[in-house]
Amino acid sequence: MSAAAVELEGVSFGYGGGPLVLRGVDLRVVEGEFVAIAGPNGGGKTTLIRLALGLERPVAGRALLFGEPAHAFSRRRTLGYLAQRSKLGTEAPATVREVVAAGRMATGRLLGRLRAGDRRMIDEAISRVGLEGRADSPLHTLSGGQQQRAFIAKALAAEPSLLVLDEPTAGVDAEAQETLAELLAHLHEELAATILYVSHEFGAVERYVQRLLLVNGAIVFDGKPSELPDIWHDPSHLHV
Amino acid sequence: MFEFEFMRLAFAAGAVIGLLAPAVGFFLVQRRMSLIGDGIGHVAFAGVAAGLLLGISPLLTALVAAVLGGVAIEWLRSQRHAAGDQALALVFYTGIAGGVVLVSLAGSLNVNLFQYLFGSILTVTREDVVVVSILGGVGLLSIALLYRALCAVVLDEEGARVAGVPVTPLNVAVAALAAVTVALSMRIVGVLLIAALMVLPVSAAMRVAWSMRSALALSLAGGLVSVLCGLTLAYYADLPPGGTIVLVAAALVLAATFGGRLRSRPG
Repeated sequence: MSAAAVELEGVSFGYGGGPLVLRGVDLRVVEGEFVAIAGPNGGGKTTLIRLALGLERPVAGRALLFGEPAHAFSRRRTLGYLAQRSKLGTEAPATVREVVAAGRMATGRLLGRLRAGDRRMIDEAISRVGLEGRADSPLHTLSGGQQQRAFIAKALAAEPSLLVLDEPTAGVDAEAQETLAELLAHLHEELAATILYVSHEFGAVERYVQRLLLVNGAIVFDGKPSELPDIWHDPSHLHV
Repeated sequence: MFEFEFMRLAFAAGAVIGLLAPAVGFFLVQRRMSLIGDGIGHVAFAGVAAGLLLGISPLLTALVAAVLGGVAIEWLRSQRHAAGDQALALVFYTGIAGGVVLVSLAGSLNVNLFQYLFGSILTVTREDVVVVSILGGVGLLSIALLYRALCAVVLDEEGARVAGVPVTPLNVAVAALAAVTVALSMRIVGVLLIAALMVLPVSAAMRVAWSMRSALALSLAGGLVSVLCGLTLAYYADLPPGGTIVLVAAALVLAATFGGRLRSRPG
């Protein structure tokens, strides 16, 4: 059996002692899996990955990352995370290269300048997402889809063994969503990294992911996308 | 004007402040916390009042009060005890209320106090220049060393936290640097206007910059130009230095807005 990248055992959670957002979640994602996490807004998708990444502590149960307690995970530099678009500094006057360089922060040196090896990884990450021609362009001159690719490159620059993307296609047109999905499928194949892809809809990645989770206060479906009952194909109908 | 020692001292201290204020403000503006300098300024006012009441250096008491206020704002924000603007409002109003009460107790509602509120060229002493140079130099060096880490937080705070970047200590460091900047700048720009020098040069720079690095460099240049031109105008036209410096910085924002539009106009 493959080693687990993410394990949630009987996890329940509510913000600030309030009502539970997630209840009794059991989840095991093995290394190298490409998993889509879908569900309605407010269903707890983002909370689930925040628990998995150790950004929140469960009120019951336990969360493990590569076998260690998630909140005290010792190899954080191996985690790549793309936050929701509204939380990204897309209005900062940064170039694509500067955004991607921020992904090398976690590789050990907090102070001072980048080393040659860092610069090589930055260039490689930029070319992996197909933005080599725009490396020195300011972020605000790029389309929404290109900006998302720049931030994915930032996550890749850390050479992650776990890549977590929270709503990467929000505010991005259908064509860019398709491009993004193809890119992720390609990266999954090439890097053999574990990928958790969170979205309120999963149409774009359905063909590529090995496993689909539907979350609405708990995990209400866990299986191959092809096994998903028709009634749930639009996850906004989860209440049915 | 340089035949007068007070002008040489004001220019020396002003040059350091002109660089330090936008350097710190750069990271506040990017995190949409432009008004934190104002909040800290009002706490510094309470510190000045405490100094006048206790008969010790108002610069020292303002520095202590400002650092405590800056760290308190960041702590309240990061612990989610209050939204960013509410945390700011709490510290802001507590500072100004505390200052008014302390000033009243000290019986110091006079010209001396107004110099701290609005700045005065005449108040800069040799000792001030030494303190401003040392603390300002440490502040600028800290920003240079932490530049990459601070950019990582600005661009993606959650991503940085996940990857193990010490985000909270970095945010507290910026708040503390903002506090030091406010305390150092109050003699020249005044506690009520110093926040403008942390924000306006950055705002101007962002309108014409093509990268983070260029935006920071242009912010520093804008801050320096604002202080040096503002002090010169204040001297020759007999104007209050704080207001004049800030008006020059505001003019830079207008010029950059106009310049930025010209540059982006097609054809």
